[in-house]
Amino acid sequence: MSDAAVYNFAYLDEQTKRMIRRALLKAVAIPGYQVPFASREMPMPYGWGTGGVQVTAAVLGADDTLKVIDQGADDTTNAVSIRKFFERTAGVATTTHTSDATVIQTRHRIPETPLREGQILVYQVPIPEPLRFLEPRETETRRQHALEDYGLMHVKLYEDIARHGHIATTYAYPVKVDGRYLMDPSPTPKFDNPKMDMCPALQLFGAGREKRIYALPPYTRVVSLDFEDHPFEPTKFDRGCALCGAEGIYLDEVVTDDCGGRMFVCSDTDFCESRRTPPRAAAPGLNEVPR
Amino acid sequence: MSISAVAPGFTDSVHDAQRVFRAVLGALARPGRIARLDATLVPPPPLHSTAAAILLALADFETTVWLDDGLSDDSEVAEFLRFHTGARLASSWREADFALVTVPERMPALATFAQGTPEYPDRSTTIVIQVEAMTNAGWEFFGPGIPDRVQFSAAPLPLDFQRQLAENRARFPRGVDLIFATAADIAALPRSARIVERA
Amino acid sequence: MYVAVKGGEAAIAAAHALLDKERRGDPTVPALTTEQIREQLALAVDRVTCEGSLYDRDLAALAIKQARGDLIEAVFLLRAYRSTLPRFGYATPIETGAMAIRRRISATFKDLPGGQVLGPTFDYTHRLLDDGLNDQVPAAELTHKIAHDEAAVPHVANLLGAQGLIEQNPEVEIGAPVGDLTRDPLAFPADRDLRLQSLARGDEGLLLALGYSTQRGYGRTHPFAGEIRMGHVEVHLAPEELGFEVSLGEIVVTECEMVNQFKGSAESPPQFTRGYGLAFGHSERKAMSMALVDRALRARDLGEEVIAPAQDEEFVLSHVDNVQATGFVEHLKLPHYVDFQAELQLVRQMRREWEEANRKEAAE
Repeated sequence: MSDAAVYNFAYLDEQTKRMIRRALLKAVAIPGYQVPFASREMPMPYGWGTGGVQVTAAVLGADDTLKVIDQGADDTTNAVSIRKFFERTAGVATTTHTSDATVIQTRHRIPETPLREGQILVYQVPIPEPLRFLEPRETETRRQHALEDYGLMHVKLYEDIARHGHIATTYAYPVKVDGRYLMDPSPTPKFDNPKMDMCPALQLFGAGREKRIYALPPYTRVVSLDFEDHPFEPTKFDRGCALCGAEGIYLDEVVTDDCGGRMFVCSDTDFCESRRTPPRAAAPGLNEVPR
Repeated sequence: MSISAVAPGFTDSVHDAQRVFRAVLGALARPGRIARLDATLVPPPPLHSTAAAILLALADFETTVWLDDGLSDDSEVAEFLRFHTGARLASSWREADFALVTVPERMPALATFAQGTPEYPDRSTTIVIQVEAMTNAGWEFFGPGIPDRVQFSAAPLPLDFQRQLAENRARFPRGVDLIFATAADIAALPRSARIVERA
Repeated sequence: MYVAVKGGEAAIAAAHALLDKERRGDPTVPALTTEQIREQLALAVDRVTCEGSLYDRDLAALAIKQARGDLIEAVFLLRAYRSTLPRFGYATPIETGAMAIRRRISATFKDLPGGQVLGPTFDYTHRLLDDGLNDQVPAAELTHKIAHDEAAVPHVANLLGAQGLIEQNPEVEIGAPVGDLTRDPLAFPADRDLRLQSLARGDEGLLLALGYSTQRGYGRTHPFAGEIRMGHVEVHLAPEELGFEVSLGEIVVTECEMVNQFKGSAESPPQFTRGYGLAFGHSERKAMSMALVDRALRARDLGEEVIAPAQDEEFVLSHVDNVQATGFVEHLKLPHYVDFQAELQLVRQMRREWEEANRKEAAE
C-alpha cells in the first residue's frame, strides 16, 4: 500500500513512539496512576480514539495480530475505521477473534472470552480522571491523588445510596487499583469491572485529548468501590442472548418495531458469532465460557 | 573519536526498537520474570548488547542518561550512546531520566536517584543495571504483575540491596524502577513490587 | 428477523464517495483552484495557518478546499499533517520592531513616530453587499500611492516604557528554552510562554467571546489598543552546527499590544500593564482577542482576584483548542449502545422502585 511508504510503520514517527513508550513503562510501574504524555494530533478526531490509537501504534509490531472493537462489536463504523488505519499504516494482520488477537483496541467493552497472558488490551479513554465530574480542576484532583484523598468519591456514592437506596453509577464505575490509586475504567459498563481484577492480560489506557496514559499490569487487584452494607453489584440481565442463547454476558437491546418490540442480543459480536458457528480447529479457546 | 569508528546500532531501527520495547514492557509488567532479549548490536565493552539495546530503544534527545563510574571514564561508550540516541549525558544521577549501572556493587543508593513528586511520581529515574547473573531464587516478591509470589535475585548487587528495595517500595508511588540485564536476559523490578521481608 | 448490523466498511466507503461528490458541487461550475483560495480567500487561509499552527498558505488553501470551507476541519487537516513533520530546531524570536509594516494603528496616541497606517482594512467600509463582485472584474488598479517609510517604527508600549509608566516586559535570557505544549503536556499552573502558545493556536471564536466578556465586567481589565501592526517579518534559525543565524524567509503576522490600566498592588506601583496577541497572517480579531485574554489570565501573577472565566487559566487553556473541542463534542455521534443500555437498566429499576414506593404510600 502506498501510504506505508509515505508514513512510518504504524503512522507515528519513532521519536513520538519513544515518548509514548517511556510513558507506558511508567504507567505499568505505577498501576492506576495517570502519566502525562505529549499526545500528538492524529488523523482522526479527538474523542474518537486518538489515545488508544497512539498507544496501539507505540506497542504494535509487525508480527502482532490486531483486533478492534467498539461497543463490543468488530463492525461498528469507528472500529472498522481504526482497524483499516492500522492495516494501511502498519500492514499488520487483523482478526475479529478475541483469542487470536495479540493486541485488542477497545472502546467501552471488555470481550466476553477471557483474556490470556501475553495479550494486550488497549482502552480508548475520553475522561481519564475519575474525580473530574466531582472536581473540575486538574491541580486539585492531582493533589487528591497524591494524598490518596478520595473522600469526594465516597461522599458521592454515599449520597446515591441515601437517595436511591443503591449506587446509581452503571458505567465508568470507579475502581481502586492495588489498594492505592482511584482509576476510571473508561466508560465500560460496570458489568465488565470484575474482568479487570487479576486479569492475565496487560491493560493499557490512552486518553489522547486529555494527554494521559495509565495501565494495569497483569494480575493486579482491581476493586470496584463500594460499602460494606452496600457491596458492588455488577449489572445482571434476566435473560440470555436471543441469537446464541448465552447467559451471564452483556446484552444490547435492539428495538425491532415501533410497537414496543424489543430483543436482547450479545454486545460482543465475536463471542455471539463463534457460538453460532461450528468451532474452528485452529482457534483454541473459542468456546470458552466467560466467568 | 571519529563517527566512522562508532559501533553500529540497531540494524532495523523501527522494528528492533519495537521488539526491545515490548521485552522491557513485558519485564516491567511481570516483575521478576527473566526473559531472553536477543539483541543483534555490538556495543563497545563493557556494555552488554541487552543494556545497550534498552537505551537505544528508549533514550533520545528529550531524555538525559547518567553513566556510572564504570562507564563515565570510557569515552567510547558515551560516544556510542550519544551518537545513536542523541541523549544528553547527565553529570549527576540525581536528576537523570535513565541511569546505566555497570558496577552495581558501587552504585549510588536507590533513594538518591530522582524519585518523582507526590503529584508526578513518573518524574523519576529508570535504572538499567548490568549484572552477571539473575535467578528465580532468593528474594521473594508480590504485587501487581505477580500472580502469587515470585522469587528473584541478581548478582552482584550492593550488600544492603534488600533493605533498599523495601524502602523503595515504602516510598510508593514515588520511587525508581529497575531493569536488570545480563549478557542475554533481562528482568525488572518496578517500584510496585513488594519484597517479603525476612530476617 | 433481526440480524446484527453489518457492512460498516461498505457504508464508510459509500459515505466518503458521496462526500467527494458534494465537495465538487455542480460540475458545470468551474472547480476552485487552491491558488484562487490562497489569493482570494486569504483571510480564511490566514486563520487556518494560525490555528493549525503551520505557516504554509498553500497547504492551508488545500485544506480549506478539502474541508469544503469548514475552517475548523481545515485546521484539523493541517494539524494532523504538522504532527508528522520532523523538528529541526527552534527559530530565534521574530523582531516585530523590524516589521515591513502594511498596517499599523494606535488608539492611544493621535500621532506617533512611524505614523498611523490604515492599510487593507474592513474598518470604515460600509457593510453593503457589493453586487459588482458578482462580475468577473480585472484586478483593481491601485490609484493611491503607498508610502514606504523605511524608518523604524517603534512599539507604542515602549514609548510608555521610556517614562516608566508601563510594566517592563519580563527579562528573558537569550537562548532560554521556550515551552512547547505540542512536545510536553500542559501542566498547571502554566507559564506565560505556554499560555501564549495555547492562545495563539486557540479558537478565534472562543477567544473573541472571552475577550468580550472581560469588557462586560467578567474580569475587567480596562484595555486600550496600544498598537496593532501587521506586515512581513523575517524568520531566523541559528543551527547548532553553524553557530550563526540564517534566514528562513518571511512570514506575515499581526501583533496586538493592549495597554491596560492597573491600580497597583502591595508589590507594584500604579502603572499600565500589558496584554499581548500575535497571530499568523492578517488576523486582527484574533490578535486583539488574544491580547485581552492574555491580560485577563495574568490576574493571578498581578495579585488580582480570579473571579471570571477569562481569568481562569485551567478553564481557558483546557477548552481553547477547537480541534480538541470539535473531536470531543462530535464523538457523541459514535455509538454509546453499551453505556446507554446500562443507564436504561438503571432508569427502569429506579422507575420500578419509585412506583412501588408510591403504591405503598397510597395504600397506607
